[in-house]
Amino acid sequence: MTSATNGTRSYTLRIWRQSDNASPGALVEYRVEDIDAQMSFLEMLDHLNDTLERKGELPVAFESDCREGICGMCGIVIDGRPHGPVPNLTTCGLRMREFESGATITIEPFRASAFPLVRDLVVDRSSFDRVMQAGGYVSVNCGQAPEANAMPIGKDVAEAAMDSAACIGCGACVASCPNASASLFVGAKIRQFALLPQGQAERTRRARRMVAVMDQEGFGDCSNHGECEAACPKAISIENIAVLRREYLRTLVRR
Amino acid sequence: MNCADPANRYASAALMQTLPFRPWSSIGKKLLNGLTGLLLMLFIAAHLAGNLTLLVGTDAFNAYAEGLHRLGVIVPLAEIGLTALVAAHVLSAVAVYNDRRAARNVRYTMVASKGGSSKQSVFSRSMIVTGGVLLVFLVLHVWQFRFGPSIAEGYVTLLHGEPVRDLYRLVVETFQNPLWVVFYLGVMVLLGFHLRHGFWSAFQSLGLLAPHTRALAFSAGGVVALVIAAGFLLLPIWLFLSADPRAAAGVVMVVP
Ligand code: HEM
Ligand code: FES
Repeated sequence: MTSATNGTRSYTLRIWRQSDNASPGALVEYRVEDIDAQMSFLEMLDHLNDTLERKGELPVAFESDCREGICGMCGIVIDGRPHGPVPNLTTCGLRMREFESGATITIEPFRASAFPLVRDLVVDRSSFDRVMQAGGYVSVNCGQAPEANAMPIGKDVAEAAMDSAACIGCGACVASCPNASASLFVGAKIRQFALLPQGQAERTRRARRMVAVMDQEGFGDCSNHGECEAACPKAISIENIAVLRREYLRTLVRR
Repeated sequence: MNCADPANRYASAALMQTLPFRPWSSIGKKLLNGLTGLLLMLFIAAHLAGNLTLLVGTDAFNAYAEGLHRLGVIVPLAEIGLTALVAAHVLSAVAVYNDRRAARNVRYTMVASKGGSSKQSVFSRSMIVTGGVLLVFLVLHVWQFRFGPSIAEGYVTLLHGEPVRDLYRLVVETFQNPLWVVFYLGVMVLLGFHLRHGFWSAFQSLGLLAPHTRALAFSAGGVVALVIAAGFLLLPIWLFLSADPRAAAGVVMVVP
């Protein structure tokens, strides 16, 4: 581990510190030394927190769980981009080799009125849960798992539904959107069900309710900047937003 | 995530009933903004095609204008329709802009685009500014030509032996003034900006785009913005450079 790409690095971090939603917050500067190029961004923050705790200071609060890009917990904004500079990657998948040694890195929480700040880099994304509660489910009591081939679904349809279902609910679409809109998230959920037979019974109610709750939670409207698709760790296409609009329009004529 | 959970504030609310379609929901506003934007683009394309008769000459343009006025009751209906289109477009656009400000109560200190497939650009970010300029322009433009001097003020010419409004003279006189020329040129560049994002965005707002058609619509938007802006840029420049300067003084506009 001696080559230039593998050597240890140091960085200046500007991190948003705020003890709770009611208190004022500010960017605070920290130095980190001895960072390995292969460390993940979160390991670098663990390293910082380790040194802070040794000094008797409060560690920086941030969220993570799986650290392998599937749980959607680790969203933060790095140098103005949710999940950092690499398109379609979670923060936990981001490696320090992406940042030149000596660089200054600005780290902020996801910012949206619908994601109130909890502490430092942690925000409350339960507004997503409430959108899901409004219609992101199929309420059929299906008993035991059915026989696999009882309901044939074409491979292209299954793949398309799976592309939408790949959403991990991290909120990067909202964080990256200049309007703080949740249209990509809601679009992905709506399209996933609209494509499959199981989703048909509640199709109309689902579209109307999920849109209603999305608006009630205080997310913005979509201006088609398309930034969400680039920020999404799962590269979910804004085609899902087109489908969301189609599905909503469909409710004009269907019950 | 349980419907019986008291923390689920929507569980027993009216929301659990079947809701109506709401035209003023986030999605409804975009359907409206996209549809009105698309129709306004159609109007603008037709408007440009008609105005190109200015390049042919006095009679061609006045005949075109008179032909439109011969349509009778369709004219006031079209005027009302266009005003309604602009009103619905502006109201939905301003509502989207207001929601945007409310939806992010704390701003980022640093913002950057991820690049990649993002369609974010100076065009997409300036829609409210270019739209605002277009609104001011539209009021001026209609006041200047639709409600400008007509037959009563001496702007009259003979077409096939009949007296008609000499709109050609009004247009030519207007564009003898370099200030009007510069103003129109500036606005038409901003119209190009508005359409660069607006064209493909309207189709996306109406839910019409899949990934392959999106690429096509996005590229076509560049061409449409260029062609419309270039067409409208050509007219004031052409009239300024080619018209007889004495026309501005009314010297050659003696009605036979
Ligand atoms: C000259 C006539 C106009 C034409 C042809 C036109 C065309 C368009 C089109 C095609 C769109 C895209 C619609 C969509 O995103 O779904 C759009 C969006 C927009 N227009 Fe216009 N427009 C015109 C006038 C105006 C005016 C007068 C305003 C004044 C406020 C305005 C403000 C906007 C805004 C803010 C958006 C973006 C909406 C959003 O962020 O979602 N436009 N326009
Ligand atoms: S920690 Fe689970 S996705 Fe990053």
